Amino acid sequence: MLNWTLALPEIVLGVSGLFILLGGVIPKKESFFPVSMAVIGALILAAVLVLGQGEGTAFLGQYVADNFSRFAKVLILLGAALGLLLALDFNEKAGLGRFEYPVLMLFATLGMMVMVSANDLMSLYIGLELLSLSLYVIAAFDRDNPRSAEAGLKYFVLGALASGLLLYGASLVYGFAGTTNFDRLADALSGDDVGTGVVVGLVFVLAGLAFKVSAVPFHMWTPDVYEGAPTPVTAFFATAPKVAAIALLMHVLIGPFGDLSAQWMQVIWVCSAGSMILGAFAAIGQRNIKRLMAYSSIGHVGYALMGLAVANDTGYRGVLVYMAIYVVMNLGTFAVLIAMRRRGRALEQVEDLAGLGKTDPAMALWMAVFMFSMAGIPPLAGFFGKLYVFLAAVQGGFWTLAVIGIVTSVIASYYYLRIVKVMYFDAAPDGALDARPASLTVVMASTGLLTLLFFLFPAALIGAAQVAVASLAG
Amino acid sequence: MTQQMLAEYFPILVFLGIAAAIASAMVGGAMLVARQKPNPEKLSAYECGFEPFDDTRRRFDVRFYLVAILFIIFDLEVAFLFPWAVALGEIGWFGFLSMMGFLGVLTVGFVYEWRKGALDWE
Repeated sequence: MLNWTLALPEIVLGVSGLFILLGGVIPKKESFFPVSMAVIGALILAAVLVLGQGEGTAFLGQYVADNFSRFAKVLILLGAALGLLLALDFNEKAGLGRFEYPVLMLFATLGMMVMVSANDLMSLYIGLELLSLSLYVIAAFDRDNPRSAEAGLKYFVLGALASGLLLYGASLVYGFAGTTNFDRLADALSGDDVGTGVVVGLVFVLAGLAFKVSAVPFHMWTPDVYEGAPTPVTAFFATAPKVAAIALLMHVLIGPFGDLSAQWMQVIWVCSAGSMILGAFAAIGQRNIKRLMAYSSIGHVGYALMGLAVANDTGYRGVLVYMAIYVVMNLGTFAVLIAMRRRGRALEQVEDLAGLGKTDPAMALWMAVFMFSMAGIPPLAGFFGKLYVFLAAVQGGFWTLAVIGIVTSVIASYYYLRIVKVMYFDAAPDGALDARPASLTVVMASTGLLTLLFFLFPAALIGAAQVAVASLAG
Repeated sequence: MTQQMLAEYFPILVFLGIAAAIASAMVGGAMLVARQKPNPEKLSAYECGFEPFDDTRRRFDVRFYLVAILFIIFDLEVAFLFPWAVALGEIGWFGFLSMMGFLGVLTVGFVYEWRKGALDWE
């Protein structure tokens, strides 16, 4: 049945996106700020609708709304709204204050929502492409800057390759199983003997999705794109689309391919271990802080995938908790990076943070909170994120993976703590940073407080993740 | 079975023969009968086109690219409209409104490119 009211949040977001686009293009004067506010309003409206969304399938089984998609969508909308807030001041100063930016972010968000609600390989692909096409454009948004253009082109070429792999896999799965619908795929693939063709198709689909979450060995684009893209774009890339892609990966693997878990567990295991190791070692030598954050995000994806490799409910719950905490920490960290500006010029090197502890104690304190949290030091939120995936891995008997995780998180804490050391113990070479706008302070303080005080109320998030996972497996 | 299928294609074979005969008659007739006085201006490509045989890395105006992209979008729109128009009787109001939604989205895109000046050559 159609049940189109189940997709109300997406429909409202899409229609308001069209009207906002018209509202931005018809007036003669540039309208970055009002359009951004309208987009943030639309995102909040969509979040409210998501919270009141019913459950069930719609559009003849193409679309599903359940507690899992609700959890992911709220996280995505939060990430997108805060990500846009981060861009407000930066884009004006960098000459990127064009109204297309918020509109593209809105459509990217719409694509992510379709992705996590997809119940068919076709609707999955539509959502993924809507997201990817918007991201290609905003990666190259600073089009007069060769690095940004390079980032956009690189992301486009590799993203197209990933889409090709995904589609090839989907066509193999369709050819061998006879359907693209997730529920019917789950039925068709429930026997013991599913055939090699489907497994090959599954591996191709996995490879395509691993590109999107930038898991090793499909991570090559991440450092270049993160470094080249304007910083608010990098902040957006590192948060909401990651959640959407991980949620999609979980949905695809646990739903239609749930009975093939013996096959995909090995693949996820390798991706997880590889990402954790690369994220820990490759970031050590980085001087550019955006590049460092790119490797850090690869590492974090590895930790999240550890929960998926375990392939039980505890593990899935760990992934959701990890991603939620990751989004909050990352948005805060990028708020600090975007505030790094001296005499009007944006800075990107780790050394530029030197002396921040004296010149701007508040910002240094927040940055220290985020860095300690990313390193996984209790009682900050990042510790709990790691705790839940490690717990699942140990309980599931994945000792090797858990040991790799613990060793790499110790190694990774070197480069997180080095940033803290640079801020507090190195002398400021060049005076204080410019005064930061209120929007960044708001993001920094709110995400910082969430990271700092998470241990007082962990039950809310963990309970929500539990409910989400229950609807996924059931 | 095969015989019957081949028989159904017989008219196409006839058309192919007629087309080949007429085309060769026209080209061959012009070559045999007409007076030929070639000069470089006559032999060059028609004035608004590109040289048919040339280096592929030649520079050309990026605006051609924009026009090509816009053309593809609206060309695809028409490609979707044909099967929709044929099947409209069976797909009912749902099909009709789906296409209206699609056209609405495209119209917003059209307004955008118009206001942005993508349709102006200069």
